[in-house]
Amino acid sequence: MRLIIAFIARFRLSRTLQKILFLLPLFFLAACRSGGATAPRGAIAASELDLIKFAVELMLIVVVPVIFMALWFGWRYREKNNAKYTPDWTHSTRLEIVWWSVPCIIILILGTVTWKTTHKLDPYQPLDSEVKPVNVEVISLDWKWLFIYPEYHIATINYLRLPEKTPINFKITAAAPMNSFIIPQLGGQIYAMTGMTTQLHLIADTPGVYTGFGANYSGVGFAGMRFDTEVTSDAQFKEWVKTIQVKPEKLTTTVFWNDLVPPSENNPVRYFGKADEGLFDSIVMHYMMPDSPALVHSTQP
Amino acid sequence: MLETIIGKLSNPQEVFPYMYEPLSQQLIIFSMLGFIVLAGIAVVGGITYFKKWAYLWREWIVTVDHKRIGAMYLIVAFVMLFRGFVDAVMMRTQQALSSGDSYGYLVPQHFDQVFTAHGVIMIFFVAMPLMFAFFNWVVPLQIGARDVAFPVLNSLSFWLFVAGALLANVSLLIGDFSHAGWLAYPPFSEIAYSPTVGTDYYIWAVQISGIGSLMSGINFFVTILKMRCPGMTLMRMPIFTWTALCSSILIMIIFPVLTVALALLGFDRYMDMHFFTTNFGGDQMMYVNLVWIWGHPEVYVLVLPAFGIYSEVVATFSRKPLFGYATMVWATAVITILSFLVWAHHFFTMGAGADVNAVFGILTMIISIPTGVKIFNWLFTMYRGRITFTSPMYWLMGFFITFTIGGMTGVMLAVPGIDFQAHNSTFLVAHFHNTIIGGVVFGYFAGITYWFPKIFGFKLNERLGKCAFWCWLVGFFVAFVPVYILGGMGMTRRLYHYDASTGYQPYLIVAGIGAAIIALGVVFQVLQIIISIKNKNKKEYRDLTGDPWDGRTLEWAIASPPPFYNFAVDPVVKGIDAFWEQKEKGFNIQSNPKSEKLHYQDIHMPRNTAVGFVVGILAFIFSFAMIWHIWWLGIISLVATIGTLVIRSFNYDTDYYLKADEVERIEMQHQQELARAGL
Repeated sequence: MRLIIAFIARFRLSRTLQKILFLLPLFFLAACRSGGATAPRGAIAASELDLIKFAVELMLIVVVPVIFMALWFGWRYREKNNAKYTPDWTHSTRLEIVWWSVPCIIILILGTVTWKTTHKLDPYQPLDSEVKPVNVEVISLDWKWLFIYPEYHIATINYLRLPEKTPINFKITAAAPMNSFIIPQLGGQIYAMTGMTTQLHLIADTPGVYTGFGANYSGVGFAGMRFDTEVTSDAQFKEWVKTIQVKPEKLTTTVFWNDLVPPSENNPVRYFGKADEGLFDSIVMHYMMPDSPALVHSTQP
Repeated sequence: MLETIIGKLSNPQEVFPYMYEPLSQQLIIFSMLGFIVLAGIAVVGGITYFKKWAYLWREWIVTVDHKRIGAMYLIVAFVMLFRGFVDAVMMRTQQALSSGDSYGYLVPQHFDQVFTAHGVIMIFFVAMPLMFAFFNWVVPLQIGARDVAFPVLNSLSFWLFVAGALLANVSLLIGDFSHAGWLAYPPFSEIAYSPTVGTDYYIWAVQISGIGSLMSGINFFVTILKMRCPGMTLMRMPIFTWTALCSSILIMIIFPVLTVALALLGFDRYMDMHFFTTNFGGDQMMYVNLVWIWGHPEVYVLVLPAFGIYSEVVATFSRKPLFGYATMVWATAVITILSFLVWAHHFFTMGAGADVNAVFGILTMIISIPTGVKIFNWLFTMYRGRITFTSPMYWLMGFFITFTIGGMTGVMLAVPGIDFQAHNSTFLVAHFHNTIIGGVVFGYFAGITYWFPKIFGFKLNERLGKCAFWCWLVGFFVAFVPVYILGGMGMTRRLYHYDASTGYQPYLIVAGIGAAIIALGVVFQVLQIIISIKNKNKKEYRDLTGDPWDGRTLEWAIASPPPFYNFAVDPVVKGIDAFWEQKEKGFNIQSNPKSEKLHYQDIHMPRNTAVGFVVGILAFIFSFAMIWHIWWLGIISLVATIGTLVIRSFNYDTDYYLKADEVERIEMQHQQELARAGL
């Protein structure tokens, strides 16, 4: 026990270490100006960032003393220092109980938090809100994102428009190799896979433009799978829907398979004034049917 | 017709895909080719000039001596480390340049192959062979054995590994390498999306070397359980041997899973089956599960022996027995078991329910408890010790600082709520480099410096070793702190190009500088080896006693380098730090007073054999034939492989006895050498 008190007493002396600790948040501040998880603009992303901060702070309770002890022991017991030397001291039940239990307690706390937050932040969990949610169907393609708004019968390529403070229900599938759908400032990701529907529930709290992208590498055009997510007021969103609904292009099954599925890189934004109903489900089912031809194409440009 | 004879080799576009790429790509390929050719000419020419072919064949290629096989693992691993490091530098440069209007100097399909090759080579052809080098060097010596349980199998394992490594490098010039990432996730790695031979190179290179790894796992498992010297109970084994045992158990359980997963992928690609395809009911999620059931324990296969090395190093240089030996053993065993129960944390984002994700997340965090305990035990080995700061100790100190941070980010990633954000981001990339460089690589470097005199008979230059350490430590943080930050900024991994507006570029330039600092560290290491070899007969390098560090375990009780039979008499062990105890009490290696004379007996030794080498060559030919669809050659080489093994099984002249007089003569000669040196 005396030993531990000695550590704590010594701990105050580590000015440099405190300085380093003080600098750590600055690193994060630098990252805050970015389009990543450190600059949340929605409730889900905000909770995820809180979780990151909590986990780091909790673990620093062990990490900082360990690093400090390593340096201190190394310095104090170096050969030339002639500090106390006990060549046969190899066991102490009391000390070992301490360092089994400290990590155990930390993991107990973090484990409890993990259990709760994993359920709270489950991507499949619809969000509580008075506002009626907006549904968006997301299809990952080689190498672009297709978004279908089933209620409004419109579709877009590489552009997502969302109303603020409205829960968004994403249904996600793919017509290309596995990818992952993410808009970090609104919340975490979920995979997009052929023949399967995955779900993601997000909400945006402030208007703005946030970058979304494919996070799971899928070939030569992967780097170009980025899209802007523009969050506006609900009224502006409805307005936008109307302007899209009059666009001439139509998204039909034929257009989808012949025009969108073949690989293409760095695709510009495209709008479809009308999208076939049930297209999303038919894409999912397509890959579950035994007679669907494999999508053969070369990855060479 | 031509296609039946030489398979896909008849298609120039498949064989030389880079000839159809921009000139810049050809320049890169040809400069690499030029380098390999020059290096090849230098090596072959050198061997011919010094008339060393017969020596090479007799003493190295056909050897079944575990010490020589270990040394060969080390050499090949270093060559591969160079290759993997060049890949890393290429990636860092590409990402530092490829912002906004600039697209860097690589085309995307080339960049994709580079990051795939980097991962595959570093794990399969650098980390694994380095680990086996240590197993081979150290395990038999620590347990007082004369060789491994199956010496011929050991040689076979090595040559299969070489065949795999060679395949991965042949793809540089003939065909292409996989572009599907180091784990080749389908459906992207399926024939529909990856029609070239690249993925086939990947499958066969990993399969062939994986079979070698599996056989090594079995070999060391049996060696440790059956060949310990009298008195060495399990709870008296040196910790490194304990970690080797746990690692071998993991290898035996997980490598068959990898073999099956890759075989199924191979069936899809070769026979038009549908295990993981997008259609006909193929299930890509199955592959992801299988590959991580191998992949997560694999991390512990690599890091447990590194933990073992730290345990040996810290006890030796603190001049204290390891603190809490039993705790250390149990912590290792707990990690071994837990490592099987966490694989799903690699895909929280695949859509599993919250219950599944939470359970796997919490199980993952629990691993940090025994790992934390180990760290405290090492720290308290140093506490009230008398520490000599040799370069292995430097690596240990670097490990404390680096690995605890890597462990922390690892536990962060284990929280599903955080993982949804950090998964696939460069935060993840920084995390696993943090644990693999800080944990595995630093540990292996410490181990190389520590055991080098034992194997080669002379020490490595300490000053250059420390310079290398500082470059690696500083370089690591300069290279990977920006990568952590980029993860927070939303940068995803494997990105060939990004918009200037993202603001990634300054951080990536800093990361590139970090890679350059690490490269300087590698230069110091090469210099260290060259200078040490040059001075190997000087007094401060030469290890005459066989115990240069005042060691604690049996390997230090014999000459450096050890005679080919290792121990002239069977050691007898009475405690944990056997050799230390013998030195303290003035006992000989049989734990008897020094005045008692040692009784030499005939030693049973295995004969050298070329069977491992021949099968290695045949496996290479077979894989190459399969990759290029040259079916007749595949059949012939497969039959020849089986034939070689059958013929070998009828060879009854596989061992001999070294006469006691001869043992005594060699031992006396060594004693005289020591006497002449005044020891």
